[in-house]
Amino acid sequence: MTRREWLLSDYPQSRRQARAGQSYRTWLALKSNRLAMVGLWIVLALVAMAIFAPLIAPYDPLIGGDLRLDRLQPPSWEHLMGTDDLARDIFSRVMHGARLTLMVVALVAVIATPIGLTIGTTAGYLGGWVDVVLMRVTDIFLAFPRLILALAFVSALGPGIENAIIAIALTSWPPYARLARAETLTIRDSDFINAARLQGASRLRILWGHVTPLCLSSVIVRVTLDMAGIILTAAGLGFLGLGAQPPQPEWGAMIAGGRRFIIDYWWVATMPGIAIFVVSLGFNLLGDGLRDVLDPKAVK
Amino acid sequence: MAEFAPKVGGRGSALSFWLWKAVKLVLTVAVTFLGLLLITFLISHVMSVDPVLRVVGDRASQSTYDAMYLQMGLDKPIWQQFWIYLQKVLSGDFGNSFLTKKPVMGDIARAFPATLELATVAILIGTLVGVPVGVWSAVKAGKAFDQIVRVLGLVGYSAPIFWLGLLGLLVFYANLQWVAGPGRIDIAYEYSFTSVTGLMLLDTAMQGEWAAFGNAFSHIILPASLLGYFSMAYISRMTRSFMLAELAQEYVTTARVKGVPEWRIIWVHALKNAAVPLVTVVALSYAGLLEGSVLTETVFAWPGLGLYLTNSLQVADMNAVLGGTLVIGAIFVGLNLLSDLLYSLLDPRVRRRVRK
Repeated sequence: MTRREWLLSDYPQSRRQARAGQSYRTWLALKSNRLAMVGLWIVLALVAMAIFAPLIAPYDPLIGGDLRLDRLQPPSWEHLMGTDDLARDIFSRVMHGARLTLMVVALVAVIATPIGLTIGTTAGYLGGWVDVVLMRVTDIFLAFPRLILALAFVSALGPGIENAIIAIALTSWPPYARLARAETLTIRDSDFINAARLQGASRLRILWGHVTPLCLSSVIVRVTLDMAGIILTAAGLGFLGLGAQPPQPEWGAMIAGGRRFIIDYWWVATMPGIAIFVVSLGFNLLGDGLRDVLDPKAVK
Repeated sequence: MAEFAPKVGGRGSALSFWLWKAVKLVLTVAVTFLGLLLITFLISHVMSVDPVLRVVGDRASQSTYDAMYLQMGLDKPIWQQFWIYLQKVLSGDFGNSFLTKKPVMGDIARAFPATLELATVAILIGTLVGVPVGVWSAVKAGKAFDQIVRVLGLVGYSAPIFWLGLLGLLVFYANLQWVAGPGRIDIAYEYSFTSVTGLMLLDTAMQGEWAAFGNAFSHIILPASLLGYFSMAYISRMTRSFMLAELAQEYVTTARVKGVPEWRIIWVHALKNAAVPLVTVVALSYAGLLEGSVLTETVFAWPGLGLYLTNSLQVADMNAVLGGTLVIGAIFVGLNLLSDLLYSLLDPRVRRRVRK
C-alpha cells in the first residue's frame, strides 16, 4: 500500500488516518486550483524573503551609499530596483520590508483571533443578555470603516508600528466574533456538549475545552482571507506616516517617501508598491482557493 | 427581522408589523450611535496618552496644565465626563480644531461636499460598469471573459489604492496629460462660478460655466475612476453570483421554452430579480468608498473629509480626528440602514410576508 492509498482509504483504521486523509484531500483540491497555488508560492516566497533577508539583500537597508554618486539611481544590474533619495538600495529595503509586513500580519492575527474567538464563543454559548450585549458591541465596531477606526486609535496611541498593529487588531476582531458565535450556536446543543455538562464540567471548561477548538479552524480560514486586507491597511497607515517610522523599510512608508519626486524618479515609489500588490494578491489568491476548497456552499 | 413580529392575524397585522419594525430600527440605530460616541469618547479620554499635554504642549507651566485639566473636566468621574461629551456632540459641538482654530463641525460641513461629489461619481462609474460586466461574466461563467474579470477584480482587491493613485498621476497626468492634476479645479476657474451646493460639477453645470465644468471634470475623473474601480470589483462579483442564482431558476427555463429571446431573459427577466439584492451591495460599496476616500484624497490633494482627517492626524488634532471619525461612522450606519430599508421595500417577498 502506497502512502497515497493509505491516505485516500475509504476505511481509515484510526482517527489519525482519517484526519490525515481529510487534510490530504483538502490539499489535493487546493493543488488542482492553479491560481491558489500561485498564491501559495507568493506567500512562501514572502516568508523566505523575511527569513533570509540579510542573506539575499546585497546592501544595508538603512545605511545608504555615497550621497553624491549613488542617489536616485534608476534600476540597473547593480541596484535591481534603483536607489532612493538617501542612496539606499531599494531592493534591499524591499527584502527587509518583508519582515515588517510578515510581523504585522502575524501579530494582528495573534491578537485579533483570540479576542474574536472569546467574544464570539462566550456570546453564543451563554446566550441571553450576554449575547445581546456582546453582539451589540461587535456591531458597533463593525459600524466604523476599518481604516478610519484604526486611524482614530493610532491618533490616540501615537504613531509607530506597534501602535499600528494594536489599532489594526482592535478593528479586525468583529467578523471573527460573528463567525465564532454562529459556529457555537450550532455546536451548543449537540450531545457531546450535553454529556460534558451532565458530567459536571464547568461553563469555562466547556467553552475552552470543547467549543473553542471546534470554532478554531473556520476562524483561522477567515483570518487567512483577511490577511490581504491587513497588509493593505498597514501599508495605508504607513503611507499616512502613522505606521512604521523612517528609516524602517516599511513598504507603505517607502511609497510615501518617494511620493514627492514620483514624476522624475518613478521607481522609488513604484517598487515598494509592486511588493505590496504582489504579496496581497498572493494572500487573496490563496484565500480564494482555500474558501472554495473548505466551503463547498460558496458560489463559485 | 420578521421572526420578531408579533403574531396577530387580520389586516391590522401589517400596520403593527411596520410599527414594530420602526421601533426596533430606531432603538438599534440609537444604541449604535451611542456606541459610536462611547468608542470615540474612550479613544479621546481614556486611551489617549495625556489629553491635557496635547492641548497645552510640553513646555506649559504646572499652573497652566492644572487650569486646562480642570477646564477639560478631567477631575470629574468618568461617567460624568461622558455625559458632558454626549451633550456637546448631540448639540453639534465637536470642539475647536487646533489646526484651523475653527469649530470642527463647520470644517467638516465645508469639506463634506467634496467627498460626496467624489464618492458619487465613483459609485456611478462602479455601478454602470460593474453591473453589465457582472451580468456578462455570469452568462459566460467559466469562459475567458469571466476569468479575466475575476483576475481584474482580484487586482482591484490587492492593489493599494494610494499607490495606484500615484501611478495614475504619473501616467495620465504627467506623461500623457489626459487629465488634470491634484485638486478639485484649476485656480483660474476658482471664482468663475458661485458655490451653491458645494458640488462643483453640479454648480458649474447649473450656471452654464462649461469651461469650468470641463476643468472640474478632468480633475475628478482620475480619482473617481480609481475609487470606482475598487467598488466595481465588488459590485461585478456580487452581480455575477446573483445572476448565476437567477439564471438557474425555473422561470428562466419557462421563458426559454416560450421562445423569449435570450437577451431579454438575461437583461430583463433575470436582472430585474437580481437587482433587489444589488441595491444593498451598491449602498454598502458607497459606504466603503468613504474609507477609500481617505487615502485617495490624500494622494490627489482633494479637499474633502478624508484629507481633513489625515491633515488633522499629522498634527494629532484629536477634536478634528474624532469629529471626522464620528461623522464617517454615522454616515456608514445611515447607509447600512438605508440599504436595509430599501431591501424590504423592493423585495416583494419581504412585503408579502407581512400580509400572511
